[in-house]
Amino acid sequence: MNFFVLSLIKAAVVAFVLMTTLAYLQWIERKVIAHIQLRVGPRRVGPHGLLQPLADVIKLLTKEDMLPSHVNKIFYFLAPFIAVFFALIAISVIPFGTEISIGPIKTAMQLADLNIGVLFILGLSGMGVYGVALAGWASNNKYALLGGLRSSAQMISYELPMAMAIAAPLLMLNTLSFRQLVDAQAGYYFGFVPRWTIFQGPFPQIFSFLLFLVAAFAETNRVPFDLPEAENELVAGFHTEYSSMKFASFFMAEYANMVTVSCVATLLFLGGWHPIFPAEYGSKFVPTVIFLIGGLISIYHGLNPARAFDRITLPIAGIVFIAVGAAFLIPIVATILLPLFWFAAKAGVILFLYIWVRGTMPRFRYDQLMRFAWTFMFPIAVVNLFVTGLLVALT
Amino acid sequence: MPQIPTSVPLSWYLILSAILFALGVAGFLFRRNIITVFMSIELMLNGVNLSFITFSYKQGQNDGHIYSFFVMVVAAAEAAVGLAIILTVFKNRQTLEIDEVSSLKN
Amino acid sequence: MEDVILFLFFAAFTVGCAVNLVLQKHPISSALSLVGVMGALGLIYLQLGGEFIAMAQLIVYAGAIMVLFIFVIMLLNAGVEKGKTRNLWVKYAGLPLLVALIGLIAYIVQNVLPRGPGVNFGAFQHGNAYEIGIKLFETYLLPFEVTSVLILVAIVGAIVLAQKEIK
Repeated sequence: MNFFVLSLIKAAVVAFVLMTTLAYLQWIERKVIAHIQLRVGPRRVGPHGLLQPLADVIKLLTKEDMLPSHVNKIFYFLAPFIAVFFALIAISVIPFGTEISIGPIKTAMQLADLNIGVLFILGLSGMGVYGVALAGWASNNKYALLGGLRSSAQMISYELPMAMAIAAPLLMLNTLSFRQLVDAQAGYYFGFVPRWTIFQGPFPQIFSFLLFLVAAFAETNRVPFDLPEAENELVAGFHTEYSSMKFASFFMAEYANMVTVSCVATLLFLGGWHPIFPAEYGSKFVPTVIFLIGGLISIYHGLNPARAFDRITLPIAGIVFIAVGAAFLIPIVATILLPLFWFAAKAGVILFLYIWVRGTMPRFRYDQLMRFAWTFMFPIAVVNLFVTGLLVALT
Repeated sequence: MPQIPTSVPLSWYLILSAILFALGVAGFLFRRNIITVFMSIELMLNGVNLSFITFSYKQGQNDGHIYSFFVMVVAAAEAAVGLAIILTVFKNRQTLEIDEVSSLKN
Repeated sequence: MEDVILFLFFAAFTVGCAVNLVLQKHPISSALSLVGVMGALGLIYLQLGGEFIAMAQLIVYAGAIMVLFIFVIMLLNAGVEKGKTRNLWVKYAGLPLLVALIGLIAYIVQNVLPRGPGVNFGAFQHGNAYEIGIKLFETYLLPFEVTSVLILVAIVGAIVLAQKEIK
C-alpha cells in the first residue's frame, strides 16, 4: 500500500488507542487510589464506574467555557494547545512491537523510526515547559504565575538528571533509535536471565533506571513533585483560570506525558517487548494463563457477590477475560498480540507505580524539591554516567 | 513563470540565511527593549548557523555541523551571562529601555 | 517536488516569525516568535541532512535558551515598549535599505554560487550522531574541551551576577 495512506491509517489507530488509554488511565487511577485509601471510587456511572470517563468528557465539554476579562487572550488560547501538542506528538516515535504483516501489508508497529528517536523525546520534553509557563503567565493571576514559574523551573531542573540517566544505557547499547535499542536487548543470559538494560553488560543500569523514574515523576508534575498544581497549596497552580475543555487539555497532556515516559522507560531499561523468560520455557502462554486466572476469579466472585448487580457484571467480565486469553492462542493473532502484551504489561507496571506513589507519598516543598535535584540527583547521575563510561571503555 | 525546480537550489538556503541575518540586524538597531535586542542577536546567530549547514551540505562533509554546534554552545553561554547582566541592569536602573541607560552619555 | 514545497513552507514560516519578532511590541510575543523561528529552522536543517544538529537546535536553543529568555521576561515583568519619536532616517529609509541589502545579497549569491544539483532530502548521510560524535571527539577535541570550560565560566559568572546583594 502507499506509504502515505498506510501512515495515515497507523496514525489514526494509534491516536484512537492513545485517547482511549488516557481516558481509562484516569479511571484506573481513581479506582486504585480509592482502594489504597480504603474506599471504593466511582461506581455509579456504568458497572464499576466504567463509563465514568465518558461522563467526565461530557461534563467537561458542556461546561461553560469562560474567558476571563483580564487574561492575555492569544497566549491564554495558545497554552493548552502547546501543552497537548507536544505531549501527544511524542507517541509517534515509540515502537509497540515487532514488524507485523496483516495480509499483504508488512509494517512495523511504530509510526516513525527516527535514527535519533531518543533525542526527539528529550527535545519534546523540553518544549513541554512552554505550555505550563505560558498558561501561568497568561492567566494574569499571581497564584497561576507562581505555579507556572515553579513548575517550569522544576521541569528544567529535572531534565538534566533525566538526560544523563538516559545517556548511560545509550553508552552500552550504542544507538539512538528505539527499535535498535530494543533489538539490542533481545536474548538471555544463562538461558533464563533476560538481557534487559537493568541486567546487562558491564554495568547493570539499575541506578539509571531509578534516576530516570524519579526524574520522570518530576517532569510530569506528579506526586511527590506536584507542588505547582497542588489543590491546597496554590489554589490550583498554573491552571487556575482555565475551565472545561482547556482544563481537560492540561490533564490530557499530563496523562499523555505519563504514558510517554512509561513507554520510554520500558524501551530503554526494561527490554521493550521481549518476554521475561525464553520462549522454550513457555512465555507464549503467560498472557493466556493470566487472563484465564483473572476470568476464573471474576466468575468465582460472581457466584456469591457482595453487591446485587455484581451477579451480572462479574461473570460477564470473567467471560471477556477468558475470551481475550483464548485469543492469544490463535497463532496469527498471537504474533501481533504477544509483543504488544509484554510491552503493555511493562509500561502498565510503571504506570501503576505512578498511581501507587500518588496514593502513598506526601509532596515535597518547593525548595526541598530543587535542592534534591541539584545537590542529590545531579551528582549521582554524573557519577553513574562516569562509571558506565569507564566500564564500557574497559571491556 | 519559471517552472518549479525538482530540488531546492542551494542559493535559496543562503538567501534565507541572509534574510534572517538582515532582520536580526534590523531588530538590533531599531528596537529599544534590551531583551528584544538580545533576541535579535540570537536571530543573527541562527541565520549564520543555517549558512554553515548549507555549505556543509555542499561540501559533503559534516564539519559545518560541528561549527554550528559550537556556535550553539557559545550562544547558550552568552545568553546565560547576558541575561544575568540584564537582570543586574534592571535591578540598578529599574528600566529595560536602552535609551534610559545613558548616564555616561555626553 | 515535495522538497521544494516543504522548504518554501518552512522558509515562509521562518521569515514570518522573524518579521513578527522585529515588529511586535511586547517581548513575550517576540520571544515566542523566536521559538517559532528556531523550530522551523530545525526542520530546515533536517531537510539538509543535519539530523543531530536539528535535534540539538530543538533541545538546546528552543528548549533551554528560549525558556531562559521567557523566564527573564516573566520575572522582570517586561511591559510593552514605549514608542518614542524616531530618527527620520529610521522611519523612512529603514525598510527600503533593508530590502536593498537583502536584494543585493540575493543577487550576488545567485550569480556567484556555481550551478549544481539542488538539495534533496536524504542526499546527505553524514549528519547522524555517530559521525558527528567521531568528529567531535577526534578532530575537534580541543575546541570541545575549551567550550566546556567556557560554559563553566558562564555558569559561575551568571550565578555571581544574579545573586542577592550581600550586605
